[in-house]
Amino acid sequence: MNKLVRIDTHITVQQALDFVEAPDCGGVVIFSGNVRNVTQQKKVTKLFFECYEPMALLEMEKIANHTIEKMGVKRIAILHITGEKLPGETVVVIAVAAPHRAAAFDACEYAIDTLKETVPIWKKEYFEDGEVWVAAHP
Amino acid sequence: MRVLLFGIAKDIAGKPVITVDGVNTVAELKSYLYKTYPRLEQLRSLMIAVNKTYAGDGQVLQASDEVAVIPPVSGG
Repeated sequence: MNKLVRIDTHITVQQALDFVEAPDCGGVVIFSGNVRNVTQQKKVTKLFFECYEPMALLEMEKIANHTIEKMGVKRIAILHITGEKLPGETVVVIAVAAPHRAAAFDACEYAIDTLKETVPIWKKEYFEDGEVWVAAHP
Repeated sequence: MRVLLFGIAKDIAGKPVITVDGVNTVAELKSYLYKTYPRLEQLRSLMIAVNKTYAGDGQVLQASDEVAVIPPVSGG
């Protein structure tokens, strides 16, 4: 198995790194997405993530397959959390391993960009004075 | 047919699952949703997934399909 897709209440960079590292891969690129403590000058107190989990896993797998079949990647891990997270905590990790670094950089960027466009996961931002589903309205 | 709702769509409908009858296609389902829950039309986008895959407006719906309303996604 050369790909790991996972949705859980807790994820770590180390899990993703341990999965992708292999002797035939000289380049490993990791993206870690964390909760930012401010949005448009407003203090963020926490985030809540909701997932349509079975479909989200399928869409994450499509992304992983594309990087392996079309982008020269040998191994990839895509991890995303569900539930509540506080500023500074990790919500998404993507680790990509390839024989050389260029393919790994490209595929890692492709994977996080595509995840944000296609994977059915929704983020609600909580502020001191209210809450909002991110990107829901124009 | 049972229709699953997520994120802001779930908040607008006030429940995670609704039952919709008399719609044969994705386009008809969307019309029903916009008529029943007008606030859905104010969203940046509204996709329908059939059996865990994004579906076009012309797709025909079967009673046994797993149908879900997908408001603008914001993972990552």
